Amino acid sequence: MTGIVSYGSYIPYRRLKRAAIAEVLGVAATKGERAVASFDEDSVSMAAEAARDAVRAVGAEQIRTLLFATSTPPYAEKLNAAIVAAAARLPIESRAADLTGSVRAGLSALLQAADAAAGGGAPALAVMSDCRLGAPEGRLEQASGDGAAAFVLAAGEGVIAEIVASASFTREFLDTWRMPEERFGHSWEERFALTQAYVPLLGKAIQSVLEKSGVAPAALARVILDAPNPRAAEEVARGMKLGPAQLGDTLALTVGQAGAAHPGLMLTAALPSLKPGDLVLLAAVADGADALVLRVTPAAAKFRPAHSVGRMIESKGDVSYGNYLKWRQILPTEPPRRPDPERPAAPPMMRSEKWKFGLVGSRCTACGTPQLPPQLVCVKCRTRGKMEAYPFADRTGRIATYAVDRLAYSLNPPTVNAVVDYDGGGRFLCEMTDCEPDRVAIGDEVEMTFRRLFTADGVHNYFWKARPKR
Amino acid sequence: MASKGIRDRVAIVGMGCTKFGEHWDKGAEDLLVDAAYQACESAGLTPDDIDAYWLGTMGSGISGLTLSEPLKIQYKPVTRVENMCATGSEALRQACYAVACGAFDVAMAIGVEKLKDSGFSGLVVTNPPNDGTPAAMTPPALFSLLAPAYFKKYGLDPDKGKDVLSRIAWKNHRNGARNPKAQFQKEVPIETIKNSPKIADPLGIMDCSGVSDGSAAAIVVRAEDAHKYCKNPIFIKALSFVAGPAEGPLSPEYDFTSFPEVVASARDAYAQAGISNAREQISLAEVHDCFTPTELVLYEDLGFSPRGTAWQDVIDGFFDLEGRLPVNPDGGLKSFGHPIGASGLRMMYEMWLQLRGEAGQRQVSNPKLGLTHNLGGQPGRCVSFVSVVGNSMG
Repeated sequence: MTGIVSYGSYIPYRRLKRAAIAEVLGVAATKGERAVASFDEDSVSMAAEAARDAVRAVGAEQIRTLLFATSTPPYAEKLNAAIVAAAARLPIESRAADLTGSVRAGLSALLQAADAAAGGGAPALAVMSDCRLGAPEGRLEQASGDGAAAFVLAAGEGVIAEIVASASFTREFLDTWRMPEERFGHSWEERFALTQAYVPLLGKAIQSVLEKSGVAPAALARVILDAPNPRAAEEVARGMKLGPAQLGDTLALTVGQAGAAHPGLMLTAALPSLKPGDLVLLAAVADGADALVLRVTPAAAKFRPAHSVGRMIESKGDVSYGNYLKWRQILPTEPPRRPDPERPAAPPMMRSEKWKFGLVGSRCTACGTPQLPPQLVCVKCRTRGKMEAYPFADRTGRIATYAVDRLAYSLNPPTVNAVVDYDGGGRFLCEMTDCEPDRVAIGDEVEMTFRRLFTADGVHNYFWKARPKR
Repeated sequence: MASKGIRDRVAIVGMGCTKFGEHWDKGAEDLLVDAAYQACESAGLTPDDIDAYWLGTMGSGISGLTLSEPLKIQYKPVTRVENMCATGSEALRQACYAVACGAFDVAMAIGVEKLKDSGFSGLVVTNPPNDGTPAAMTPPALFSLLAPAYFKKYGLDPDKGKDVLSRIAWKNHRNGARNPKAQFQKEVPIETIKNSPKIADPLGIMDCSGVSDGSAAAIVVRAEDAHKYCKNPIFIKALSFVAGPAEGPLSPEYDFTSFPEVVASARDAYAQAGISNAREQISLAEVHDCFTPTELVLYEDLGFSPRGTAWQDVIDGFFDLEGRLPVNPDGGLKSFGHPIGASGLRMMYEMWLQLRGEAGQRQVSNPKLGLTHNLGGQPGRCVSFVSVVGNSMG
């Protein structure tokens, strides 16, 4: 039996109301709101958040394959998956690849991870994440959302959703495209792809996977369909004569369509409500189609994600359209009269890989004091060289004191910094994110989150921040 | 305590200090030559009479050439020192030890900083290449960490706390208004201070020291030679400098209401000078008021106020010019300005004037012992300097 053994998901804290876009631009508003990656997030940082939750149940050291799917990679050249692997503290003995160029990459990653797990025996991690950027006034700007999902796939025990069968179809056609140097994509007239590609390809993939698995549409407990044009999914669902109970929440009103992450995000949203034995059809179309039938196992009843999709939908704060435009650097602003941040240097970054990317500090084995960053001489007993690695990423803490910095360089001033005292020991002075500066208080509970602090000279500087516990 | 001190073995026989402020028409070299000549003239010397120099600057030049080149020093030792915002005090300390040990007869300590050429607001520090993880906090934000912690620990309502901080700035501006060399020579109404634009809550722009250009210099000799150069020298009673283990950002035991480095350097300095009760024995003090909460916490760390009571002393006017222990009578970093490398020597310049009765309309009556305190870094991670000086031996 090969299938999903654990999963994680991530929806950024900020929401942009579609009416707020419409109000500024004078265009028609669609309903609801979309999730927005904060100024310090991108597809890699969100992938790291989902991946950390996914590997927690399995143990990061078990993973031997990482596939990172996104249509918005922060680096065009340089392995983005390696950053996700470092943040999730995956072992160095692993295969890793970026799957990009199409939102179809999400299900491709899931299926290839399943193949890797089935063939090699070791668990494989598929992470799908996207930070979709639509040009102002376009459909994509309102309809899309940002988010990530991650799945650990393995063969044998512990599978919570078994892959019963899969089917994939690939055809060459032109609907959505973007050149490497372009920020915003282009689309062909929508009736063409809807009628000639999306509906037929999605239908074909579904028909094929249902035949392979010997399952009738009526026997499916849940059907999760995703298409660049949601009308394609609706049309296919009508053709299958599915009941409303079989179709789950598309997250369109709360998150928006999260590109490569969307099919995975819908699956992680659905899984907690499914019972052992339930059959799930997961199918997505974009530059081709992929479909899977999954069977929920008894092991699913025991699995609880650290941050459920439902919880992350509820945990939110608004962003104004003006700030959104600044965060995405669609709206240029006057630089502050402070020096630009300096790019981090490669040798120190490699020396401190476990600290910088994994938030691994040290613990003195002579006196037991946890400390971060990792120290050479113990801050407490001053013993030299008796440190062991001590990870802080999954620890919560409380604010001892804080500062609201209105002078520091930031895309989202003011910068809030907090002195965090961790449960179990250790203190760290770091930046806060996803918080409302006037509501931060001494004693607040915080958790750690992997972020992109800034980009300087084309180098993304990733590190950790504290955020109010979600 | 390991430090033995050089009480009454070294005297300052000449000092100089430029006006601090925005010197758009002067570079570091202009300021250095000006301060050096002022110091020489006040001691009746020429640069040729100085045997060795210690130059303090954080970023306005590297090496002794920064001084020897403009001053045309004739093949003599010039040591450039740096110890963050305590750089000027560090230059003085090294010069004092050099004459105390007999290696030189006459030494000059000089500090300079030219901050207004950077094109940026506030202080700009360049870090060595790093992994991109150190918190990129501005100095006001780092020092603002003290405020909520102090208010909470001592049950001060934030509004009341803000009043206390504003009063510290008000006092320093009031003193600076009486100082022709200060950057800001104007009294500022307390309401203006309180409502100034926020920089790092609860700190407004008026809680921050002035970004400034300037230079100050001192000439030191062995105490037994002092009267050869000067009728009324001032004597070094104590010099203490400590660097901490930077425990604050690492250890939950640190509570951001104190600078342990200051406590340690004050204890050391008081032992050297034979001071048992600083609140009673110190006549006046210049302390490192980079931001208003710093000065508040320093009152307690230096032993001027018992723990948790400095805010009450502030309200009572204890540290005002007419108070029992005037602090920052020259206006402090707040009003005199803070050209980093010069500030420690500027503090000593006020002692030079006050202890010799030359401080004009801000003269403190009959001072005997003065204290300067200079720190560099941030709460929980800093270097601290404390000196005690007096106008008589013994």
